[in-house]
Amino acid sequence: MDQNNIDDIYRDRVILDHCRNPRNTSLLDHFDLTGDAINPFCGDEVHFQIGLRGENLIERIQFSGDGCAINMASGSLLSEAVTGLTVKEATQLSIRFVESMRKPIGENAEGEFIGELSALISVKNFPVRVKCALLAWSALEDALSKNKSTIEPDSLPM
Amino acid sequence: MFDVEKIRDDFPILSKTIYGNPLVYLDNAATSQKPRQVIDALVDYYENYNANVHRGVHTLSMEATDKFEDAREKVSTFINSESSDLVVWTRNASESLNLIAYSWGEANVHEGDEILLTPMEHHSNLVPWQELARRKNAVIKFIPMRGNGTLDMDKVDELITERTVLVSAVHMSNALGTINPVRELGEKAHQQGAKFLVDGAQSVPHMPTNVQELDCDFLVFSGHKMLGPTGIGVLYVKRDILNTMEPFLTGGEMVLDVSYQEASWADLPMKFEAGTPNIADSIGLGSAVDYLNSLGMENVRTHEKNLTTYALNRFKKADLDGMDLFGPDDPEIRGGVFSFNTVDVHPHDLGTFLDRKGIAVRTGHHCAMPLVRSLGVAATVRASFYLYNTEREVDILVDGVTEALRYFRDGSE
Ligand SMILES: Cc1ncc(COP(=O)(O)O)c(C=O)c1O
Repeated sequence: MDQNNIDDIYRDRVILDHCRNPRNTSLLDHFDLTGDAINPFCGDEVHFQIGLRGENLIERIQFSGDGCAINMASGSLLSEAVTGLTVKEATQLSIRFVESMRKPIGENAEGEFIGELSALISVKNFPVRVKCALLAWSALEDALSKNKSTIEPDSLPM
Repeated sequence: MFDVEKIRDDFPILSKTIYGNPLVYLDNAATSQKPRQVIDALVDYYENYNANVHRGVHTLSMEATDKFEDAREKVSTFINSESSDLVVWTRNASESLNLIAYSWGEANVHEGDEILLTPMEHHSNLVPWQELARRKNAVIKFIPMRGNGTLDMDKVDELITERTVLVSAVHMSNALGTINPVRELGEKAHQQGAKFLVDGAQSVPHMPTNVQELDCDFLVFSGHKMLGPTGIGVLYVKRDILNTMEPFLTGGEMVLDVSYQEASWADLPMKFEAGTPNIADSIGLGSAVDYLNSLGMENVRTHEKNLTTYALNRFKKADLDGMDLFGPDDPEIRGGVFSFNTVDVHPHDLGTFLDRKGIAVRTGHHCAMPLVRSLGVAATVRASFYLYNTEREVDILVDGVTEALRYFRDGSE
């Protein structure tokens, strides 16, 4: 690997693509869960809205946020990855993802993450940026931990 | 003679490479690098005369005490203090400010009193006053700032009232580079009977400092930003004020006489230095002062002013799309600090990109959150220069930023 290559982090341009054109960013009129996370050191923030089908299935998830490319891409990639999962599956994915991000470089199993989520693993080449990639996942955990509480649209932090 | 290439040879770390590129260290406002002379002074202390000071008649202790007090003398002369017993060792500028807020502030700030600050204070010259004001029901006011990051001095007269007990201002802003007219501020403060404090954390390392000419009542700064080690800072206080101040910390080393019931305090400055002091790092700071004196602080300032002029021109010429450079564009009132924001590329991404090229810059709010927010951004990228930086490094920075913007915008490097 070229040590100088900035693409190590913004790998395959997946991160840049998701940062420039984040998916799932139109806010919902009706939703069941919200979650937020803020990094006080850099001011980055992420907010999620989740619309469930029944009590459990994540039918729609939208996010808004402000921050660096990795933070925004992580929110966007996450929203795609958990759409269609149950709350339990999403929670498990989140736990697995956070664990993988915290493991030392090189200890991640081949194919540990399918699809575009694996682009985020490359952020581990830059330890100080790992927290940028994890912020969205904290916001997701925040939302999922509130399952069953119903939130009025007015109370959404903007 | 100020020969920057020769100076660079004194700094071992400057020959490091980062990802295969020569290190371009532009985070000097956070902390400076250290010359071999300072590193050697630390090693010399630990290898040859490590002992506690002011206690014991043995040879090593006497030698350590001499060198320790010698360092205080050097710092005192460096800022042209009347006497070295007005120079109190602390850990850093932040501790110096806390010492003032607790010791002087507790006794002299009362309900309804006013403290006047600038909007560009580092958190360490803001939060201690907020806390004091909360304890005392005092009021904090701010001098307004103009669009170019300078203080609106026309407003100062009406802001300093008979209730003002303290005016405290950063001499050079770590976030904008602005050099504030501290002498004028001090005069205005004194006209109303208020005390005047200068936060010299960014000015003392970069320009000549003369506390008698400044006529400041308090001056604070940190050793680690002026070629010295971390963990050693300075508080200077005018004698008539220091004499009235109660100790901030108490215990060993700062007492004259102790019974089981009470204690009396040692003379200045030891009254304010409880416990075993940071001997090695004070001596290291003394050595840093020697180094700076050998270059001449006028020459340091001239070198940095030239670099600032060069960098301002380079940035102007590069005319980077959507880039906002904060702070005044007159090098006479600006130090070598370049804080900027790019509308669509986040400071962290820019910082990571530059790091891959070996360029060390700071990203974030630079411990001046309210200021950075008032600029309408969450964070900025900051490049800050020191005496060992060169025009070539300015070029590398400007080219690096140009490339980074291209990379993040259209994905081509
Ligand atoms: C203007 C200013 N004041 C105070 C400080 C605090 O210095 P220290 O962290 O060494 O206490 C700094 C350091 O960043 C500074 O730039």
